[in-house]
Amino acid sequence: MCLGIPGKIIKIYEINGLKMGKTDFGGVVRESCLAYVPEAGIGDYVLVHVGFALNLISEKEANETMELLRNIADVNAELNP
Amino acid sequence: MKYLSEFRNSEISKGLIEEINRITEHNWTIMEICGGQTHSIMRYGLDQLLPVKIELIHGPGCPVCVTSLELVDKALDIASRSDVIFTSYGDMLRVPGSSGDLFSVKASGGDIRVVYSPLDALQIAQNNPDKQVVFFAIGFETTAPANAMSVVQADALGLDNYSILVSHVRVPPAMHAILSSPYNRVNGFLAAGHVCAVMGYWEYPPIAERYKVPIVVTGFEPLDILRSVIMVVRQLENNTYEVENGYSRIVSFDGNISAQKMINQVYLNCDRKWRGIGLIPNSGWCLRPEYQQYDAELRFGVQYIDPEESPLCISGTILQGLKKPIDCPAFGVECTPSTPLGATMVSSEGACAAYFQYSYNNQTTV
Repeated sequence: MCLGIPGKIIKIYEINGLKMGKTDFGGVVRESCLAYVPEAGIGDYVLVHVGFALNLISEKEANETMELLRNIADVNAELNP
Repeated sequence: MKYLSEFRNSEISKGLIEEINRITEHNWTIMEICGGQTHSIMRYGLDQLLPVKIELIHGPGCPVCVTSLELVDKALDIASRSDVIFTSYGDMLRVPGSSGDLFSVKASGGDIRVVYSPLDALQIAQNNPDKQVVFFAIGFETTAPANAMSVVQADALGLDNYSILVSHVRVPPAMHAILSSPYNRVNGFLAAGHVCAVMGYWEYPPIAERYKVPIVVTGFEPLDILRSVIMVVRQLENNTYEVENGYSRIVSFDGNISAQKMINQVYLNCDRKWRGIGLIPNSGWCLRPEYQQYDAELRFGVQYIDPEESPLCISGTILQGLKKPIDCPAFGVECTPSTPLGATMVSSEGACAAYFQYSYNNQTTV
Protein backbone atom coordinates (compact mmCIF):
# COMPACT_ATOMS: atom_id res chain seq x y z
CA MET A 1 0.00 0.00 0.00
CA CYS A 2 1.29 3.43 -0.75
CA LEU A 3 0.69 6.79 0.70
CA GLY A 4 -0.71 9.33 -1.68
CA ILE A 5 2.09 11.58 -2.88
CA PRO A 6 1.99 14.88 -4.75
CA GLY A 7 3.25 14.99 -8.33
CA LYS A 8 3.29 17.51 -11.16
CA ILE A 9 1.65 16.60 -14.45
CA ILE A 10 4.13 17.02 -17.30
CA LYS A 11 2.39 15.12 -20.10
CA ILE A 12 -1.16 14.01 -20.91
CA TYR A 13 -2.29 11.29 -23.36
CA GLU A 14 -4.75 8.45 -23.70
CA ILE A 15 -4.41 4.69 -23.44
CA ASN A 16 -7.38 2.40 -24.17
CA GLY A 17 -9.74 5.34 -23.78
CA LEU A 18 -8.36 6.30 -20.36
CA LYS A 19 -6.84 9.73 -19.67
CA MET A 20 -3.25 9.05 -18.60
CA GLY A 21 -0.28 11.24 -17.85
CA LYS A 22 3.34 11.44 -16.86
CA THR A 23 3.71 12.81 -13.34
CA ASP A 24 6.91 14.18 -11.89
CA PHE A 25 7.48 13.33 -8.23
CA GLY A 26 10.40 15.58 -7.42
CA GLY A 27 12.51 14.19 -10.25
CA VAL A 28 11.09 10.67 -10.49
CA VAL A 29 8.65 10.46 -13.39
CA ARG A 30 5.92 7.83 -13.41
CA GLU A 31 2.79 7.16 -15.39
CA SER A 32 -0.49 7.91 -13.61
CA CYS A 33 -4.11 7.49 -14.57
CA LEU A 34 -5.83 10.89 -14.71
CA ALA A 35 -9.37 9.59 -15.29
CA TYR A 36 -10.55 10.92 -11.92
CA VAL A 37 -9.18 14.43 -12.48
CA PRO A 38 -10.73 15.34 -15.84
CA GLU A 39 -10.08 19.03 -15.20
CA ALA A 40 -6.33 18.57 -14.64
CA GLY A 41 -3.86 20.10 -17.05
CA ILE A 42 -0.12 20.24 -17.61
CA GLY A 43 1.63 21.93 -14.70
CA ASP A 44 -1.08 21.03 -12.19
CA TYR A 45 -0.15 19.19 -9.02
CA VAL A 46 -2.14 16.08 -8.18
CA LEU A 47 -2.25 13.60 -5.32
CA VAL A 48 -1.40 10.14 -6.68
CA HIS A 49 -2.26 6.86 -4.98
CA VAL A 50 -1.61 3.40 -6.47
CA GLY A 51 -1.09 4.90 -9.90
CA PHE A 52 -4.23 7.07 -9.90
CA ALA A 53 -4.49 10.82 -9.44
CA LEU A 54 -7.22 11.30 -6.85
CA ASN A 55 -7.42 15.07 -6.59
CA LEU A 56 -5.90 18.34 -7.70
CA ILE A 57 -3.85 20.05 -5.02
CA SER A 58 -5.01 23.60 -4.48
CA GLU A 59 -2.05 25.97 -4.36
CA LYS A 60 -4.26 28.67 -2.85
CA GLU A 61 -5.37 26.43 0.00
CA ALA A 62 -1.82 25.18 0.56
CA ASN A 63 -0.54 28.76 0.86
CA GLU A 64 -3.36 29.74 3.21
CA THR A 65 -2.67 26.70 5.37
CA MET A 66 1.04 27.52 5.60
CA GLU A 67 0.26 31.12 6.54
CA LEU A 68 -2.15 29.99 9.24
CA LEU A 69 0.41 27.59 10.68
CA ARG A 70 3.16 30.25 10.61
CA ASN A 71 0.85 32.62 12.49
CA ILE A 72 0.17 30.10 15.22
CA ALA A 73 3.89 29.41 15.54
CA ASP A 74 4.74 33.14 15.62
CA VAL A 75 2.15 33.91 18.31
CA ASN A 76 3.58 31.18 20.46
CA ALA A 77 7.13 32.36 19.86
CA GLU A 78 6.07 35.75 21.25
CA LEU A 79 4.36 34.18 24.23
CA ASN A 80 7.38 32.01 24.99
CA PRO A 81 10.48 34.07 24.17
CA MET B 1 9.54 18.92 -3.38
CA LYS B 2 6.52 21.10 -3.50
CA TYR B 3 3.66 20.34 -1.10
CA LEU B 4 5.74 18.01 1.03
CA SER B 5 8.79 19.53 2.71
CA GLU B 6 6.98 22.74 3.63
CA PHE B 7 4.67 20.67 5.81
CA ARG B 8 7.60 19.11 7.68
CA ASN B 9 9.09 22.41 8.86
CA SER B 10 10.47 21.82 12.34
CA GLU B 11 10.38 25.47 13.47
CA ILE B 12 6.66 25.62 12.80
CA SER B 13 6.20 22.19 14.42
CA LYS B 14 7.70 23.58 17.62
CA GLY B 15 5.28 26.50 17.51
CA LEU B 16 2.31 24.20 16.99
CA ILE B 17 3.36 21.98 19.89
CA GLU B 18 3.64 25.06 22.10
CA GLU B 19 0.12 26.00 21.05
CA ILE B 20 -1.15 22.53 21.96
CA ASN B 21 0.51 22.85 25.36
CA ARG B 22 -1.04 26.26 25.83
CA ILE B 23 -4.63 25.24 25.06
CA THR B 24 -4.78 21.78 26.64
CA GLU B 25 -6.30 21.82 30.10
CA HIS B 26 -7.94 18.39 30.42
CA ASN B 27 -7.05 14.82 29.54
CA TRP B 28 -8.13 13.82 26.03
CA THR B 29 -7.92 10.65 23.98
CA ILE B 30 -7.75 11.19 20.23
CA MET B 31 -7.92 8.39 17.69
CA GLU B 32 -6.72 8.26 14.10
CA ILE B 33 -7.97 5.59 11.71
CA CYS B 34 -5.28 5.63 9.10
CA GLY B 35 -2.18 3.46 8.83
CA GLY B 36 -0.34 6.24 7.07
CA GLN B 37 -1.02 8.63 9.93
CA THR B 38 0.00 5.98 12.51
CA HIS B 39 3.29 5.67 10.73
CA SER B 40 3.84 9.40 10.44
CA ILE B 41 3.12 9.91 14.15
CA MET B 42 5.62 7.20 15.09
CA ARG B 43 8.23 8.31 12.57
CA TYR B 44 8.27 11.92 13.77
CA GLY B 45 7.68 10.98 17.41
CA LEU B 46 4.66 13.25 17.55
CA ASP B 47 2.97 11.34 20.35
CA GLN B 48 6.10 11.85 22.46
CA LEU B 49 6.11 15.59 21.79
CA LEU B 50 2.51 16.18 22.82
CA PRO B 51 1.60 17.03 26.41
CA VAL B 52 1.00 14.01 28.63
CA LYS B 53 -2.66 14.99 28.92
CA ILE B 54 -3.20 14.06 25.26
CA GLU B 55 -3.15 10.41 24.28
CA LEU B 56 -3.05 9.52 20.61
CA ILE B 57 -4.44 6.06 19.93
CA HIS B 58 -4.51 4.10 16.72
CA GLY B 59 -7.64 2.66 15.22
CA PRO B 60 -8.11 -0.04 12.55
CA GLY B 61 -6.72 2.12 9.77
CA CYS B 62 -4.50 -0.40 8.10
CA PRO B 63 -6.40 -2.21 5.32
CA VAL B 64 -3.78 -4.95 5.13
CA CYS B 65 -4.21 -5.56 8.86
CA VAL B 66 -7.99 -5.82 8.77
CA THR B 67 -8.30 -8.10 5.73
CA SER B 68 -10.04 -11.13 7.20
CA LEU B 69 -8.19 -14.36 7.80
CA GLU B 70 -10.77 -16.15 5.62
CA LEU B 71 -9.91 -13.92 2.67
CA VAL B 72 -6.18 -14.38 3.18
CA ASP B 73 -6.73 -18.16 3.20
CA LYS B 74 -8.82 -17.87 0.02
CA ALA B 75 -6.01 -15.85 -1.57
CA LEU B 76 -3.53 -18.59 -0.67
CA ASP B 77 -5.85 -21.20 -2.19
CA ILE B 78 -6.23 -19.29 -5.48
CA ALA B 79 -2.56 -18.31 -5.65
CA SER B 80 -1.48 -21.94 -5.36
CA ARG B 81 -3.27 -22.92 -8.57
CA SER B 82 -0.99 -23.56 -11.51
CA ASP B 83 -3.02 -21.61 -14.07
CA VAL B 84 -3.14 -18.47 -11.91
CA ILE B 85 -0.96 -15.38 -11.80
CA PHE B 86 -1.82 -13.80 -8.45
CA THR B 87 -1.14 -10.07 -8.21
CA SER B 88 -1.18 -7.95 -5.09
CA TYR B 89 0.00 -4.79 -3.40
CA GLY B 90 3.34 -5.50 -1.76
CA ASP B 91 2.65 -5.86 1.91
CA MET B 92 -0.09 -8.46 1.59
CA LEU B 93 2.62 -10.96 0.69
CA ARG B 94 3.72 -11.64 4.26
CA VAL B 95 0.39 -11.43 6.02
CA PRO B 96 0.02 -14.76 7.83
CA GLY B 97 -2.86 -16.98 6.83
CA SER B 98 -3.93 -19.99 8.90
CA SER B 99 -0.84 -21.73 7.58
CA GLY B 100 1.70 -19.89 5.49
CA ASP B 101 1.46 -16.68 3.52
CA LEU B 102 1.61 -15.57 -0.11
CA PHE B 103 5.36 -15.34 0.10
CA SER B 104 5.64 -19.02 1.06
CA VAL B 105 3.27 -19.92 -1.79
CA LYS B 106 5.61 -18.01 -4.09
CA ALA B 107 8.60 -19.86 -2.66
CA SER B 108 6.80 -23.14 -3.48
CA GLY B 109 6.42 -22.14 -7.11
CA GLY B 110 3.25 -20.04 -7.18
CA ASP B 111 3.28 -17.19 -9.71
CA ILE B 112 2.75 -14.23 -7.41
CA ARG B 113 3.61 -10.72 -8.53
CA VAL B 114 3.70 -7.48 -6.62
CA VAL B 115 2.07 -4.61 -8.47
CA TYR B 116 2.01 -0.89 -7.73
CA SER B 117 -1.36 -0.31 -9.41
CA PRO B 118 -4.34 -2.49 -10.45
CA LEU B 119 -3.72 -1.25 -13.99
CA ASP B 120 -0.43 -3.18 -13.87
CA ALA B 121 -2.43 -6.32 -13.03
CA LEU B 122 -4.66 -5.61 -16.01
CA GLN B 123 -1.59 -5.33 -18.23
CA ILE B 124 -0.38 -8.70 -16.96
CA ALA B 125 -3.77 -10.18 -17.89
CA GLN B 126 -3.45 -8.73 -21.41
CA ASN B 127 0.06 -10.10 -21.75
CA ASN B 128 -0.86 -13.59 -20.50
CA PRO B 129 -4.13 -14.61 -22.19
CA ASP B 130 -3.61 -18.29 -21.34
CA LYS B 131 -3.45 -17.60 -17.59
CA GLN B 132 -6.02 -16.44 -15.05
CA VAL B 133 -4.87 -13.20 -13.47
CA VAL B 134 -6.30 -12.37 -10.06
CA PHE B 135 -5.80 -9.05 -8.26
CA PHE B 136 -6.13 -8.86 -4.47
CA ALA B 137 -8.35 -5.80 -4.23
CA ILE B 138 -7.88 -4.65 -0.67
CA GLY B 139 -8.14 -1.19 0.74
CA PHE B 140 -10.28 1.51 2.21
CA GLU B 141 -12.17 4.00 0.10
CA THR B 142 -8.81 5.35 -1.13
CA THR B 143 -8.03 2.41 -3.39
CA ALA B 144 -11.63 1.69 -4.39
CA PRO B 145 -11.65 4.00 -7.44
CA ALA B 146 -8.46 2.38 -8.75
CA ASN B 147 -9.66 -1.17 -8.14
CA ALA B 148 -13.07 -0.36 -9.68
CA MET B 149 -11.47 1.12 -12.78
CA SER B 150 -9.55 -2.10 -13.39
CA VAL B 151 -12.83 -4.03 -13.52
CA VAL B 152 -14.49 -1.51 -15.84
CA GLN B 153 -11.45 -1.56 -18.11
CA ALA B 154 -11.38 -5.37 -18.11
CA ASP B 155 -15.00 -5.24 -19.23
CA ALA B 156 -14.30 -2.65 -21.92
CA LEU B 157 -11.34 -4.64 -23.24
CA GLY B 158 -13.27 -7.93 -23.15
CA LEU B 159 -10.70 -9.57 -20.84
CA ASP B 160 -12.13 -12.84 -19.58
CA ASN B 161 -8.97 -13.86 -17.70
CA TYR B 162 -9.03 -11.04 -15.12
CA SER B 163 -10.79 -11.11 -11.76
CA ILE B 164 -10.45 -9.45 -8.38
CA LEU B 165 -10.55 -10.83 -4.86
CA VAL B 166 -12.45 -8.07 -3.07
CA SER B 167 -11.69 -6.99 0.47
CA HIS B 168 -12.80 -3.38 0.61
CA VAL B 169 -13.57 -1.81 3.97
CA ARG B 170 -15.22 1.52 4.77
CA VAL B 171 -14.24 3.94 7.50
CA PRO B 172 -17.59 5.37 8.77
CA PRO B 173 -19.01 1.99 9.92
CA ALA B 174 -15.73 1.31 11.76
CA MET B 175 -16.07 4.63 13.55
CA HIS B 176 -19.64 3.72 14.54
CA ALA B 177 -18.44 0.34 15.84
CA ILE B 178 -15.67 1.91 17.91
CA LEU B 179 -17.77 4.75 19.29
CA SER B 180 -20.69 2.51 20.24
CA SER B 181 -18.49 -0.04 22.01
CA PRO B 182 -18.83 -0.17 25.82
CA TYR B 183 -15.00 0.05 26.01
CA ASN B 184 -14.84 3.21 23.94
CA ARG B 185 -12.65 5.97 25.32
CA VAL B 186 -12.26 8.09 22.19
CA ASN B 187 -12.98 11.81 22.70
CA GLY B 188 -12.11 13.03 19.22
CA PHE B 189 -11.12 11.76 15.78
CA LEU B 190 -8.52 12.58 13.20
CA ALA B 191 -10.23 11.51 9.96
CA ALA B 192 -8.17 9.84 7.26
CA GLY B 193 -7.13 12.48 4.74
CA HIS B 194 -6.92 10.42 1.58
CA VAL B 195 -10.10 8.48 2.29
CA CYS B 196 -11.72 11.92 2.47
CA ALA B 197 -9.95 13.02 -0.71
CA VAL B 198 -12.13 10.42 -2.45
CA MET B 199 -15.30 10.46 -0.36
CA GLY B 200 -15.34 14.01 0.96
CA TYR B 201 -16.50 14.36 4.55
CA TRP B 202 -20.26 14.52 4.13
CA GLU B 203 -20.54 11.14 5.92
CA TYR B 204 -19.12 12.46 9.18
CA PRO B 205 -21.55 15.10 10.54
CA PRO B 206 -24.12 12.43 11.55
CA ILE B 207 -21.36 10.57 13.43
CA ALA B 208 -20.12 13.71 15.18
CA GLU B 209 -23.68 14.59 16.10
CA ARG B 210 -24.69 11.15 17.31
CA TYR B 211 -21.66 10.42 19.49
CA LYS B 212 -20.77 14.02 20.31
CA VAL B 213 -17.17 13.75 19.08
CA PRO B 214 -15.28 16.38 17.09
CA ILE B 215 -13.86 15.02 13.82
CA VAL B 216 -11.11 16.78 11.88
CA VAL B 217 -10.02 15.73 8.40
CA THR B 218 -6.25 15.29 8.67
CA GLY B 219 -3.27 15.02 6.35
CA PHE B 220 -0.08 13.05 6.85
CA GLU B 221 2.80 15.43 7.32
CA PRO B 222 3.82 16.46 10.85
CA LEU B 223 2.36 19.96 10.47
CA ASP B 224 -0.92 18.52 9.21
CA ILE B 225 -1.25 16.16 12.15
CA LEU B 226 -0.27 18.77 14.75
CA ARG B 227 -2.62 21.30 13.24
CA SER B 228 -5.52 18.85 13.36
CA VAL B 229 -4.71 18.00 16.99
CA ILE B 230 -4.99 21.73 17.75
CA MET B 231 -8.38 21.84 16.03
CA VAL B 232 -9.67 18.78 17.91
CA VAL B 233 -8.39 19.99 21.29
CA ARG B 234 -9.86 23.47 20.79
CA GLN B 235 -13.26 21.85 20.19
CA LEU B 236 -12.90 19.47 23.12
CA GLU B 237 -11.96 22.30 25.50
CA ASN B 238 -14.98 24.25 24.19
CA ASN B 239 -17.30 21.25 24.33
CA THR B 240 -18.19 21.34 20.64
CA TYR B 241 -18.44 18.37 18.29
CA GLU B 242 -18.24 19.54 14.71
CA VAL B 243 -16.59 18.24 11.59
CA GLU B 244 -13.73 20.44 10.36
CA ASN B 245 -11.37 20.21 7.42
CA GLY B 246 -7.69 20.32 8.31
CA TYR B 247 -6.53 19.15 4.86
CA SER B 248 -8.21 21.71 2.63
CA ARG B 249 -5.45 21.76 0.01
CA ILE B 250 -6.70 18.34 -1.11
CA VAL B 251 -10.04 17.56 0.55
CA SER B 252 -13.41 19.13 -0.17
CA PHE B 253 -16.76 18.45 1.51
CA ASP B 254 -18.16 16.63 -1.53
CA GLY B 255 -14.97 14.76 -2.37
CA ASN B 256 -14.13 13.44 -5.82
CA ILE B 257 -17.48 13.06 -7.59
CA SER B 258 -16.21 11.08 -10.59
CA ALA B 259 -14.45 8.62 -8.30
CA GLN B 260 -17.60 8.19 -6.18
CA LYS B 261 -19.65 7.65 -9.33
CA MET B 262 -17.31 4.86 -10.40
CA ILE B 263 -17.44 3.29 -6.94
CA ASN B 264 -21.25 3.30 -7.02
CA GLN B 265 -21.25 1.86 -10.52
CA VAL B 266 -19.09 -1.11 -9.59
CA TYR B 267 -19.70 -1.77 -5.89
CA LEU B 268 -22.50 -1.99 -3.39
CA ASN B 269 -22.41 -2.03 0.44
CA CYS B 270 -22.10 -5.41 2.10
CA ASP B 271 -21.18 -6.85 5.48
CA ARG B 272 -17.48 -7.31 6.04
CA LYS B 273 -15.41 -9.21 8.60
CA TRP B 274 -12.50 -7.19 9.98
CA ARG B 275 -9.59 -9.29 11.15
CA GLY B 276 -9.25 -9.05 14.90
CA ILE B 277 -12.56 -7.20 15.29
CA GLY B 278 -15.24 -9.35 13.74
CA LEU B 279 -18.20 -8.59 11.54
CA ILE B 280 -19.11 -4.93 11.13
CA PRO B 281 -22.44 -4.69 9.26
CA ASN B 282 -22.46 -2.76 5.99
CA SER B 283 -18.78 -1.98 6.38
CA GLY B 284 -17.55 -3.37 3.08
CA TRP B 285 -17.94 -3.00 -0.63
CA CYS B 286 -18.62 -5.98 -2.88
CA LEU B 287 -19.04 -6.21 -6.62
CA ARG B 288 -22.49 -5.47 -8.01
CA PRO B 289 -24.32 -8.37 -9.74
CA GLU B 290 -23.52 -6.96 -13.18
CA TYR B 291 -19.77 -7.27 -12.42
CA GLN B 292 -19.89 -10.57 -10.58
CA GLN B 293 -18.09 -12.38 -13.40
CA TYR B 294 -14.98 -10.49 -12.20
CA ASP B 295 -15.35 -11.76 -8.62
CA ALA B 296 -12.50 -14.19 -7.98
CA GLU B 297 -14.29 -15.86 -5.05
CA LEU B 298 -17.10 -16.92 -7.40
CA ARG B 299 -14.86 -17.68 -10.36
CA PHE B 300 -12.65 -20.02 -8.40
CA GLY B 301 -15.33 -21.41 -6.08
CA VAL B 302 -12.98 -21.22 -3.11
CA GLN B 303 -14.22 -23.31 -0.26
CA TYR B 304 -14.53 -21.90 3.23
CA ILE B 305 -11.50 -22.98 5.20
CA ASP B 306 -11.76 -23.02 8.99
CA PRO B 307 -9.29 -20.26 9.88
CA GLU B 308 -6.90 -20.36 12.83
CA GLU B 309 -5.33 -17.32 14.39
CA SER B 310 -2.18 -17.36 16.51
CA PRO B 311 -3.22 -17.55 20.18
CA LEU B 312 -0.50 -15.04 21.10
CA CYS B 313 -1.55 -12.31 18.72
CA ILE B 314 -3.55 -9.41 20.17
CA SER B 315 -3.89 -7.35 16.98
CA GLY B 316 -7.64 -7.16 17.45
CA THR B 317 -7.35 -5.14 20.66
CA ILE B 318 -4.59 -3.03 19.09
CA LEU B 319 -6.73 -2.29 16.03
CA GLN B 320 -9.54 -1.07 18.28
CA GLY B 321 -7.20 1.22 20.17
CA LEU B 322 -7.67 -0.70 23.42
CA LYS B 323 -4.05 -1.77 23.74
CA LYS B 324 -0.73 -0.62 22.36
CA PRO B 325 1.84 -2.90 20.69
CA ILE B 326 4.13 -2.58 23.72
CA ASP B 327 1.34 -4.11 25.85
CA CYS B 328 1.70 -7.36 23.92
CA PRO B 329 3.93 -9.98 25.60
CA ALA B 330 4.97 -11.31 22.19
CA PHE B 331 6.00 -7.89 20.83
CA GLY B 332 9.63 -7.91 19.83
CA VAL B 333 10.03 -11.47 21.13
CA GLU B 334 8.09 -14.13 19.18
CA CYS B 335 6.59 -11.40 16.99
CA THR B 336 8.93 -9.25 14.92
CA PRO B 337 8.81 -7.93 11.35
CA SER B 338 10.72 -10.99 10.15
CA THR B 339 8.57 -13.44 12.16
CA PRO B 340 5.17 -11.74 12.34
CA LEU B 341 2.31 -13.38 14.21
CA GLY B 342 -0.33 -10.99 12.96
CA ALA B 343 -1.01 -8.50 10.24
CA THR B 344 -0.29 -5.40 12.35
CA MET B 345 3.38 -6.41 12.43
CA VAL B 346 3.56 -7.23 8.73
CA SER B 347 2.07 -4.20 7.10
CA SER B 348 4.17 -1.10 6.68
CA GLU B 349 1.14 0.79 7.99
CA GLY B 350 0.43 -1.52 10.93
CA ALA B 351 0.81 -0.15 14.44
CA CYS B 352 3.11 -2.96 15.61
CA ALA B 353 5.44 -2.54 12.64
CA ALA B 354 5.52 1.22 13.20
CA TYR B 355 6.33 0.84 16.90
CA PHE B 356 9.04 -1.72 16.14
CA GLN B 357 10.60 0.30 13.36
CA TYR B 358 10.83 3.44 15.44
CA SER B 359 12.37 1.59 18.35
CA TYR B 360 9.65 1.49 20.96
CA ASN B 361 10.54 -2.02 22.02
CA ASN B 362 12.73 -0.70 24.82
CA GLN B 363 10.18 1.69 26.19
CA THR B 364 8.18 1.17 29.34
CA THR B 365 4.70 2.62 29.66
CA VAL B 366 4.57 5.89 31.59
